[in-house]
Amino acid sequence: MAHSGMRGLSVFISDIRNCRNKELERIRVDKELGHIRTRFKSEKGLSFYEKKKYVWKVLYIYMLGYDVDFGHMETLSLISAPKYGEKQVGYIATSCLLNENCDFLRIVINSVRNDIIGRNETFQCLALTLVGNIGGRDFAESLAPDVQKLLISSSCRPIVRKKAALCLLRLYRKNPDIINIDGWSDTMAQLLDERDFGVLTSVMSLLVSLVSNNTDAYWNCIPKCVKILERLARNQDIPQDYTYYGIPCPWLQVKIMRALQYFPTIEDPNTLKSLLEVLQRIMMGTDVVKNINKNNASHAVLFEALALAMHLDAEKDIMSQCVALLGKFIAVREPNIRYLGLENMTRILLVTDVHDVIKKHQTQIITNLKDPDISIRRRALDLLYGMCDVTNAKDIVEELLQYLNEADFAMREELALKVAILAEKFAPDLSWYVDVVLQLIDKAGDFVSDDIWHRVVQFVTNNEDLQPYAAAKAKEYLNKHVLHETMVKVSAYLLGEHGHLLSRRPGCSPKEIFAIINEKLPTVSTETIAIILSTYAKILTHTQPPEPELQDQIWSIFKKYEGYINVEIQQRAVEYLALSKKGVSLTDILAEMPKFPERKSALLKKTEDTESDTAEQSALRLRTQQKASDALVVTDQRTANGEIKAGQLSPVKLPNQNMNVNSEEQTTTNGALDTVDLDPTLSTDLIGDLLAIEGPPSISVPTEQTPVSGLDQETDLIGALALSTVDEQSNSIKPIGDIEEWFQALCIKDSGVLYEDIYIQIGLKADWRAHQGRIILFIGNKSTSSLTSVQALVLPPSYLKMDLSLLPSTIPPRAQVQCCLDVINICPSRDTSVLDFSYRYGSVMIEAKLRLPVVLNKFLQPISISPDDFFSQWKSLSEPPLKVQEVVKGVKTLSLPEMARLLSSVQLRVTPGLDTNPNNLVASSTFHSESIHAMLCLLRIETDPSDRTQIRMTVASGDPTLTFELKEFIKEKLIIIPNARPVPSPTSLQTQNPVLPAASNDDPGAMLAGLL
Amino acid sequence: MIHFVLLISRQGKVRLTKWYSPYHQKERSKVIRELSGVILTRAPKLCNFVEWRGLKVVYKRYASLYFCMCVDEDDNELETLEIIHHFVEILDRYFGSVCELDLIFNFHKAYYILDELLIAGELQESSKKTIARLIAAQDSLVETAKEEANSISNIIAQATK
Repeated sequence: MAHSGMRGLSVFISDIRNCRNKELERIRVDKELGHIRTRFKSEKGLSFYEKKKYVWKVLYIYMLGYDVDFGHMETLSLISAPKYGEKQVGYIATSCLLNENCDFLRIVINSVRNDIIGRNETFQCLALTLVGNIGGRDFAESLAPDVQKLLISSSCRPIVRKKAALCLLRLYRKNPDIINIDGWSDTMAQLLDERDFGVLTSVMSLLVSLVSNNTDAYWNCIPKCVKILERLARNQDIPQDYTYYGIPCPWLQVKIMRALQYFPTIEDPNTLKSLLEVLQRIMMGTDVVKNINKNNASHAVLFEALALAMHLDAEKDIMSQCVALLGKFIAVREPNIRYLGLENMTRILLVTDVHDVIKKHQTQIITNLKDPDISIRRRALDLLYGMCDVTNAKDIVEELLQYLNEADFAMREELALKVAILAEKFAPDLSWYVDVVLQLIDKAGDFVSDDIWHRVVQFVTNNEDLQPYAAAKAKEYLNKHVLHETMVKVSAYLLGEHGHLLSRRPGCSPKEIFAIINEKLPTVSTETIAIILSTYAKILTHTQPPEPELQDQIWSIFKKYEGYINVEIQQRAVEYLALSKKGVSLTDILAEMPKFPERKSALLKKTEDTESDTAEQSALRLRTQQKASDALVVTDQRTANGEIKAGQLSPVKLPNQNMNVNSEEQTTTNGALDTVDLDPTLSTDLIGDLLAIEGPPSISVPTEQTPVSGLDQETDLIGALALSTVDEQSNSIKPIGDIEEWFQALCIKDSGVLYEDIYIQIGLKADWRAHQGRIILFIGNKSTSSLTSVQALVLPPSYLKMDLSLLPSTIPPRAQVQCCLDVINICPSRDTSVLDFSYRYGSVMIEAKLRLPVVLNKFLQPISISPDDFFSQWKSLSEPPLKVQEVVKGVKTLSLPEMARLLSSVQLRVTPGLDTNPNNLVASSTFHSESIHAMLCLLRIETDPSDRTQIRMTVASGDPTLTFELKEFIKEKLIIIPNARPVPSPTSLQTQNPVLPAASNDDPGAMLAGLL
Repeated sequence: MIHFVLLISRQGKVRLTKWYSPYHQKERSKVIRELSGVILTRAPKLCNFVEWRGLKVVYKRYASLYFCMCVDEDDNELETLEIIHHFVEILDRYFGSVCELDLIFNFHKAYYILDELLIAGELQESSKKTIARLIAAQDSLVETAKEEANSISNIIAQATK
């Protein structure tokens, strides 16, 4: 059996291997951890061998997936050990156990730096490797100059310099400012003359990263890159060690071509000519061979060459060669090559217009859609989606619809979305579009998001010619017995709006339409019931003169739902019933929906979201952004040219501007459908927006009608009170949830949500050690745009020292940043500190003042105390102000166990039986602060069983302030505070007109409420 | 860049993990769990790439072990695949036809070797010979240190007898 050279370690690993199940393994691991912990803690120093052995064991256990929360210091201490063996273990284990965000790492920056600037080559290597693998910003700032020196030093051997190059690359990724561009480009060019291929490979990786951020500075590197590439491609003067299966350093070739893709063009004609020759050589000279590794390596180079050729948009014959090669690849058996063929075909579509050539391969691509490998199927789907245009849309969409039935669940949602978009974009006629989407809902209802059916509703509403057709189709589907609920929704909606257009057809009288919809009513969810109720109201409106029998039926349904458990439905039932009894005014209020303002398809937006960027920008993406691509996934068109032209993206007619909302407002508020993307919790609002009773703002309706408006205002008021943020445009961003409740929860727990609105979520995690604490704020951007001007400011009260780490001012879409707040408690106090947080979303500034859960109990540590100790302390602290007593009235009625729980939640350890009277509670804890260090606090509460609302409380400690503050603190916890919500100060910032914010102009429900 | 390297056995046991992007402990376990689920269940003869959370995992099975490397979506997949093979060949050369047991009992050696191959998630050295030489040099450094320590402790042991 292979041996690690350390018996103890080998024995442990064998033991683990022999564990028959997970449970036994855990027991063995726990035993070992216990052992290691005591050994680490023991006063007796550990020998180097033991330390090393234990650190490896810890690492092994960690690798098995167990939490190891100790041993980090021991590991780190090995780094500064004098001998190689110890250092090596320290460095490697540290880089595995910790990541760049660990604060422990700061401790070793100095030792690491000493190793880097020291003379010992092997130590330098270890240190550079560590920093290269887990160095963070701190390292970047303190070590970058030293690492740069090593890289360019002529006295250093390649083994150090190649590590220095990659180490510098990491530091540069963490903080690009560490490299001063002036002059560095010349250094890079010199480095490219390097003879050692290890160094050259590393330097090339560094160059890729540099040029991805800034191509302008590194023009001078292009000719050298091309020279090296030429040399490699011709296999001139390449050491045997650096050929891989006969191919000269394939990785380096790939890297060079990667770097070249970041330059927009290559201007020097001679360089360009040699480069094209090389590319040509690679493309012509790569054959399929038997040896799989050789094949992979040569194709890795080939695919990179293709990418570079596409980027250079080279002469037409090179391009057509590319396409021909790709066409060959997508038909081969070898799955990797086929996968890459499909992937690159999709890419080539983005950069040049080769649709016609690629269309020839359509059948082959469709075959790939049925491949057993999901990776390949995904690529095929993407490609079909990318190559779709007006000429082949019908075929492709039909193919995809068919494929829906067999597609994996993981793919169906994406597939459904893509079908919907293609149908919308390339519909040869509108009825086809309606057919496709309804088929889609029918076949894959579960995977059709609301956006999709909302979009079809928009289309039909905006296109009068389409309405009868759509209504007829909807009715056809409703005749089916088994129907997806989404289909019920869309059909009910369409029939409510446009059913009357069918009234002359057989089987389509209002009564009949009502009957088939009503069959579905008993089985649907509340959301659908709401839609159906609106449909009924619409049917009534359109049935002129009224049919008494139908009216009675519908009224009885409204009455039935008047007492329904869901408020939205209840409200609708009440309102519709009242309205429908008003006669003529009903027709005004329940008139057909006006046309939707044209806006960018929510669906398109959605695909963009799903394709959102990863952190590093790729050359290809940069390129696509530069080009005015005609590919479907257009990046950020809205910001570029304002609203999208209707004709360009969709077959919808330009809407009549019959809504009195100015278009600027529409773009900023983005319409209701788009809002849904941001916040799923608004779904009832959405129903309101899309479907509810709509009256053009100019219509005047008698004011005394329903009582509903009052209700609406009230909810708005509540909303306004809870709101703590405000912005320039008064489309206020409200927190989703109750800030105060979160705060209270965090006072007791150490992690949770501090704040959340539709764009951002701030989570908090705190760690308390005696009088010190560290709070980490996790600030997550939930939206798909960057949040800018992010600012956080802490206003520490005098009793705390607080230090907030730097926060990046921009948070990229869907990204999370962390921000660290160090806290030191100076003296006891009940004040709270406030975090002043603000950010900008688009042009909207959002500001929140958030109380931080740095409260007194965070510095308490429960302590058990023996009766003897307790009483001796209790007696020695006999007088005020060290011991104070107070009778507290108006206490929450709590049973004794409840009260004990409350006390222990704020870190006071209740010791039962200490007080002989069972109605009394005695608790103890230690309070930590900088000024008085650890201080024992004692508490006694005497309750009166006959009157639970009053207690007598005695608090004692060795510090008068502490005694007082603690007494007040516990009192606050125990008494009922009338109107318990201390309104946070930011309320002063909020809109002065909370009843109807201006932005709700396009919210029909609110509008109606205002009118009534 | 390579975000992380995983070695997982067919039974889902982790044999080596190396993270070049910051993942904290919880995320690490989650990633491993998720990817084991995806990769170990893939049939043979499919392609070596799996799309996962906007990234790509390139993997290859060698006997009972799956070697996985996670790269950016636009990275060159075949290049990564051959980095895996390169790593395996180096392990093979070091252990003399490497098997899973070698990597279990000498997991720390596997880490040394990986550190000579990759830094910052990028390839550092593509010559097998150079890497073999460096690892051998490291081993002998550790050995000499050990011998010194042994001889000193021997002397002390002798003296205190």
